[in-house]
Amino acid sequence: MKLIYKKPDAITERDTTYCPGCPHGIAHRLVAELLEEMDLVKKTVIVWPVGCSVFGYYFIATDAVEAAHGRACAMATGIKRVHPESFVMTYQGDGDLASIGIAETVHAAARGERISVVYINNGNYGMTGGQMAPTTLIGQVTTTSPYGRKPELNGFPMHVPEMLAALDGPAYIARAALDSPQHIIQAKKFLKKAFTAQVKNLGFSLVELVSACPTNWKMTPVEAMERIRKEVLPVFPIGEFKVAKGVE
Amino acid sequence: MGEKVLMKGAEAIAEAAIRAGCMAFFGYPITPQNETPEYFSRRMPELGRVFLQAESEVASINMVYGAACTGTRVITTSSSPGISLMQEGFSYIANSNVPCVVVNAMRGGPGLGDIAPAQADYFQATKGGGHGDYHSIVLAPHTIQETADLMFDAFDLADKYRIMVVVLVDGLMGQMMEPVEFKEWVDVSKFKTPEWATVGQGDRKERNIITSLEILPEGLEKMNLALQEKYKKIKENEVRLEEYEMDDAEYALTAFGTVARIAKTVVDMARADGIKLGLIRPITVWPFPEKEIAKRAEQVKFFFDVEMNEGQMLEDVKLAVNGKKPVHYYGRLGGVVPTAEEIYGEFKKLLGGKE
Repeated sequence: MKLIYKKPDAITERDTTYCPGCPHGIAHRLVAELLEEMDLVKKTVIVWPVGCSVFGYYFIATDAVEAAHGRACAMATGIKRVHPESFVMTYQGDGDLASIGIAETVHAAARGERISVVYINNGNYGMTGGQMAPTTLIGQVTTTSPYGRKPELNGFPMHVPEMLAALDGPAYIARAALDSPQHIIQAKKFLKKAFTAQVKNLGFSLVELVSACPTNWKMTPVEAMERIRKEVLPVFPIGEFKVAKGVE
Repeated sequence: MGEKVLMKGAEAIAEAAIRAGCMAFFGYPITPQNETPEYFSRRMPELGRVFLQAESEVASINMVYGAACTGTRVITTSSSPGISLMQEGFSYIANSNVPCVVVNAMRGGPGLGDIAPAQADYFQATKGGGHGDYHSIVLAPHTIQETADLMFDAFDLADKYRIMVVVLVDGLMGQMMEPVEFKEWVDVSKFKTPEWATVGQGDRKERNIITSLEILPEGLEKMNLALQEKYKKIKENEVRLEEYEMDDAEYALTAFGTVARIAKTVVDMARADGIKLGLIRPITVWPFPEKEIAKRAEQVKFFFDVEMNEGQMLEDVKLAVNGKKPVHYYGRLGGVVPTAEEIYGEFKKLLGGKE
C-alpha cells in the first residue's frame, strides 16, 4: 500500500478541544503543513490567543506562548524584536483580534512588525458560548443579539483586512475561506505568501480565514459551510488586499 | 566603579539598566518619568539593542511579556496610571515565571491625579495588583545612587527567580539630580538563551510552552503552590533593609523611598535634641522585613510610620509589630511631600512633652 495522505508531523497526537465540524482543525493543518514545507517548525514561536484556540499549543508542535486576550500581536512584537531570527506568528479569533485586540493589531501592522497573523473569523465568540462579535452579520442572532444584530444598536461588521491594507506597514493582507476544498487550497496559497513576507523580512502579514461555528450557529457542519457561501462571503469577500513586491 | 556624574534620577535609571545588561525597552510616555524612555531611545540603538515606543501601556507590558519569554533582559518604565493599565500583564507574567523589570515612578492619584511624587501605589505593588495570588519583588530605593545600584540587582533577582521585579520610586526621585557612580558594565556577550525560553525549538529535545493557563483546578493549584514555594524562598533570602541609628533607639520611624530620605533628617534632628530616635527603612517592601521589625518591637517604645499615602505600609508594619507596641502614622496625600520639620513636629506631639 502506498501512503498518499497523512497527518503532518507538526500536528500532535492529542485529541483536539474543538467541536465536531469546526474548521479550526483545517486551519491548524494548513499552518502545520506550511511550517513543515517551508522548514520553519524548529524556528517557530506561535502566540496563541484567548478563545476556542486557547489550547492550540497542544495541537501544533512548536514553541509556544499563551497571550492575554487580544494581546497576541504585542507579545509577538516583543518576541520578534529581541529574537528576529525566530519565525513568530499569532493565531487569533475575531473577538480576540478585532474587538479587544484591535489596537495591538493595527499598531503592529502600522509598524510593519515582521510577524504573521492567522485570523479566524467565525462571526461570533465561540468559546464563551456564541456572543456577538465585531464580525457578526447584520440580522444575525447571537446570545447577546437575540433580536439579530441591528446597525442602530451594534454598528456594522468590521472588515479587518480592508482596514489594514490602508496602512503602509503590511506586506501581505488577504482573506480566504475554509468552506470548500477549492477555497482551502487557495487559503493555503495565501498563508504561504503571508509566511513568505515574514521570512523575506518584508513586513507585517495577515490572512483572515472565514470560518464556521456550527455549534453556536446551531447548524450541521454542512449547513454551516453553505451559510458561509450564501451569507458570509458576500459581506466578507475573498481576496488579496495588499501584496508587496517579493511576496509572490 | 567609574567616576561620579551628576544625573537626573530618571536618566540614571536608564543608564544603570543599560549597564546591567538590559537588552530591550518597551514603553509608553507618561509624566513624570519621560526622561527614562527618552534616554533609552538615544542609547539603545547606539548599542544595537531594542527600544520600542508602544501604542499603550497595555501593549508595552505585553511586549515585555513576549521578550521575557525569550529570556532576554527587558524593562518597561511608567508611572501610576500607566502601571494600573499593566496589571493584567503583571499577573500573566507572574504565573508564566518569566523575568522582567518594571519601574514605577509613582505620582499622585487616584484617577488621573497629578504628576507630583506620591507613594500611593504601595498596596498595588506589594500585594500583587492584578488578579490571582502572586507577588513581585519590590525594591524601594531612597537615593539616586541606591536606585542606580538596585537596577543591577533588579535584573539579577528577576533572572534568579524568573520573576518580575518592580523598582518603586516616585516623581521626586525621577526629577531630582544627584551625583551618581555606576557599577561596571555587565558583559552581555556572555548572555545565553535559557533552556526554558520560547525562541523556536531548534536543537532542543522538547519544545517549550509558556502559559499561565491550566484549566483543571488541581493542576492550577499545583502551579499556585509552586509560586508560593518560590515566594517562600524569596522571603527567606532576599529581605533587605537599612536601619539608621537603631542600635540604642527608643523610638523607630518606619518609612520607604523619598520619605525615608526625609526621615533620616528627622532622626538627625531628634538626636541633636538628645532624643533616641532611629529609622527602619525597608529596601525590599516585598518581601517585607517583618522579622527585623518584630525584633525591634522588643526594643522601642513605639513606631512612627510616615508615608506619602493614607497609611499603606502602615498595615505591614502593624502586622510585623503584632500589637506589641503602638504604631502611629503620619502622611500626606495627593503628591504633597512632608518636610522634616513637619514630621519632627508630629513626632514630638506623640512624645507628649515627655522628653
